[in-house]
Amino acid sequence: MKYFKLILSFILTIAIFYALNTKFGTIPPIGKFLNPYSGVWQNENDESIAGEISIPNLKDKVTVHYDAQLIPHVFAQNELDLYRAQGYITAKHRLWQMEFQTYAAAGRLSELIGEKALNYDRQERRRGMVYGAEQSLKKMSEDENTMALIQAYSEGVNSYINQLNPNNYPVEYKLLDYKPEPWTPKKSALLLMYMTKMLAGGDEDIENTNALRLFGKERFDLLFPDFFDITEPIIPKETDWSFIDVPQTPNPNTLPVLDSIAETIDKPDPNYGSNNWAVSGKKSNSGHAILANDPHLGLNLPSIWFVMQLSTPNHNAFGATLPGALAVISGFNEHISWGETNATRDVIDWYKIEFNDDRTQYKFDNQWKDISVRVEEIKIKGKETYKDSVLYTHHGPVVYDKNFKSDNELSGYAMQWTGHIPSNGQKTFTEMNKAKNYDDYVNALKSWVAPAQNFVFASTEGDIAIWVQGLFPNKWEGQGKFVMDGSKPENDWQSFIPQQFNAHTKNPERGFVSSANQTPVDENYPFFVFNDGYETYRNRVINDFFNSKDKFNVKDFKDLHNNNYNLKAAELMPYMLEKMNTSNFTKEEKEIYDIAKKWKYNNDMTEIGPSIWSAWWPILSHMVWDEFDVKDTAIEPPFTYQTIYLLKNNGDDDFMDIIETPEKETAKDLFNLSFSKAVTKLNNWKTKNGDLAWVNYKGTFAGHLLQALPAFSRFDIPIGGGKNIVNATSENWGPSWRMIVEMTSPPTALGIYPGGQSGNPGSKYYDNFIDDWAAGNYHSLNFLENDTTTEAVIGTQTLTPSK
Amino acid sequence: MSKNILHFIVTIILAYILSLVLPWWSVMIAATVTALFIPLKKAAVFFIPFFAILLFWFVYSYILSSSNDFILAKRIAILLPLGGNPYILMLVTSIIGGLAASVSAIFGKQLNSIITEKK
Repeated sequence: MKYFKLILSFILTIAIFYALNTKFGTIPPIGKFLNPYSGVWQNENDESIAGEISIPNLKDKVTVHYDAQLIPHVFAQNELDLYRAQGYITAKHRLWQMEFQTYAAAGRLSELIGEKALNYDRQERRRGMVYGAEQSLKKMSEDENTMALIQAYSEGVNSYINQLNPNNYPVEYKLLDYKPEPWTPKKSALLLMYMTKMLAGGDEDIENTNALRLFGKERFDLLFPDFFDITEPIIPKETDWSFIDVPQTPNPNTLPVLDSIAETIDKPDPNYGSNNWAVSGKKSNSGHAILANDPHLGLNLPSIWFVMQLSTPNHNAFGATLPGALAVISGFNEHISWGETNATRDVIDWYKIEFNDDRTQYKFDNQWKDISVRVEEIKIKGKETYKDSVLYTHHGPVVYDKNFKSDNELSGYAMQWTGHIPSNGQKTFTEMNKAKNYDDYVNALKSWVAPAQNFVFASTEGDIAIWVQGLFPNKWEGQGKFVMDGSKPENDWQSFIPQQFNAHTKNPERGFVSSANQTPVDENYPFFVFNDGYETYRNRVINDFFNSKDKFNVKDFKDLHNNNYNLKAAELMPYMLEKMNTSNFTKEEKEIYDIAKKWKYNNDMTEIGPSIWSAWWPILSHMVWDEFDVKDTAIEPPFTYQTIYLLKNNGDDDFMDIIETPEKETAKDLFNLSFSKAVTKLNNWKTKNGDLAWVNYKGTFAGHLLQALPAFSRFDIPIGGGKNIVNATSENWGPSWRMIVEMTSPPTALGIYPGGQSGNPGSKYYDNFIDDWAAGNYHSLNFLENDTTTEAVIGTQTLTPSK
Repeated sequence: MSKNILHFIVTIILAYILSLVLPWWSVMIAATVTALFIPLKKAAVFFIPFFAILLFWFVYSYILSSSNDFILAKRIAILLPLGGNPYILMLVTSIIGGLAASVSAIFGKQLNSIITEKK
């Protein structure tokens, strides 16, 4: 009996140990997770910002001053030490995020969260994310200097990881029950691929192909024109292109492949975008050029940006960095300032591939060419490793084949993407950080391949400029709008636009430069450019603003960042309210109609007008494009600008008809029908959630990177703005970093982002910028001239070489 | 000093010392060892180590969390979900520790019974 009790109590003890030490589904190992010695209670603290830390392989002492915003000001004696310190300091505040993003980039989420991420992982592998990172790493290795810096950064991250013990792993590691792995240069390359996918990973070739097949060329051209009737390009229309002596590739007049394709891989959010602009000294009240940048990305916690000052005796840079990448990405130094917006050019094309019987070769130029196979091994938590064989052609990976989203045994679709072209994007930023003038800036840009960006520039010398920089294929007219026959050599990318012929402007007559993801050029640019989703609203509001008066100051810049004017609604809603038949309105409809009539088209927080527009427009758009609801077909309706154009100019076109109903509807009928539905939607929302004020209806939030875990996210952020508005704050994306730099000597800068410097949800610096950001406030950036402690410094940490 | 109080104090001291070198399950060893050398009777076998670790973990987590205004505890209490109340999180934490200790103590007590019987 005693032995029985002994054994029973022993089993019970083992059982409780097992139960408390094991992760069940999404529930963390509860004993491990909650105990006060090594569990989450150990994360209840702010990062230490004082003392001395010894770091292996450091050459000299590095001083890190922290200011009240927890911005580290890093003073190193040489570049290798600087980037080693950047790696160390970034890891100290953002380790989990920087590692998690590279897991996501590399298609390795199944390792962390199990089989449910397998489809995502396969998609990322087949898109060639790891392949692309490896290509770039090869290219970077050719440059000894860049490689040495990247290596130092990696070792800096690892110095931090090696100092950690499990008690102080960031809380997300404890939640998911895993531990950090060593950082490598490849992870930095993966982070850059992550950005490339986010910003240049979208295209509509397959969707366009389906639309062309279903509606024919004439209708397609009406719906998807290469240029809209108005253009307000980044590079001013009057630019003289006569210096370009390389012609556009002649059109071989090949026919697109009109296959029917059911489903495509995930595209990045098409709403990601950005604004940047600069005014010259002549157009500035103070006589100094002023520059601004606000990249619109997902509003996440920890934020995608980490602000730092990075300084050596030879240069002194300040601004937003990307955890995982070296140097300042959007910022300034003593001489220049710069910032980016996305230059959404079509840099992904699709080719139909025909295989031989055992899929070892594919047809090209009337011959058979060998396929190379890349086996992607995807580790899955708690399961056997999944192996996915991806076939590679000279175009790129065959993303869709019989093993993935397609059922055709002997054909597939290969992707050609500038993201796979070997490039040393890192060098652009390490050089830009040191640039002293326009020429240095142009030199730094030269190695930038993808994602193509509109790099805005201003200097203390008074120059302003903007370059649309990336590696762009010199396409024949129409190339890459639709799926092409991969066996015909004339469909390949024949050459690239020489870098010096990329669209750019320096000190234009009008005294300002700007970009907001609109078309880079008008039709006079000698190379083929077509609209594949360019913005058409923010650019016009911004340029109208700068054309509205002679001189501007920092206050004007702030006002423009926070400008809530909804040009899109203003271009259609008054027309609809005017044309609608109001005689049969219900009481509810009349009420909403009257509110809509009074709206001045500003998406301010307390307005109800923006809520009405936001409910109404998608319903209307969907009614117009009901022809695009085709089962098992990847297809996208036309862009908003063209939809509004057609509603106003082609109101009795066949597309306006709702196919389901026997009557033949016109645009005017749709206004009434969609309005009724919108009113019902709004009133239902009101019953459930209360006040229809825009701030409530929009419900902006900053979600934690792990599927917006409510515990680590911020909801109901009080801010106006919205989609296609200069203040682009929508539900969960918006100005992820707002910066204004006045080019005094040294420059005076303001900056803020919706997050906080710490990645630890237990730190008061985790989300402490959000309220000021939402209110349209900025922080003065303390640009320290040297490592002397000033009153802005609240703590100093010294990194010393290990003996 | 009664055996119960002695057991209570020894459990906490031993748990603290072992926590410096071992992971969270050191409370289980502390409770087993204490029960082995200071055997208690009846319900006390379970409840004395339970309340000892309950108190220890509650106070320990309170000290860690209060110095940081309970920022993380409030968030974890939303995650689990415990209505965002940090004190409930401390209670849950300490009950878990207490349970692990008390079950281990029963095992220690059984071990003690067998050893003393053999003498």
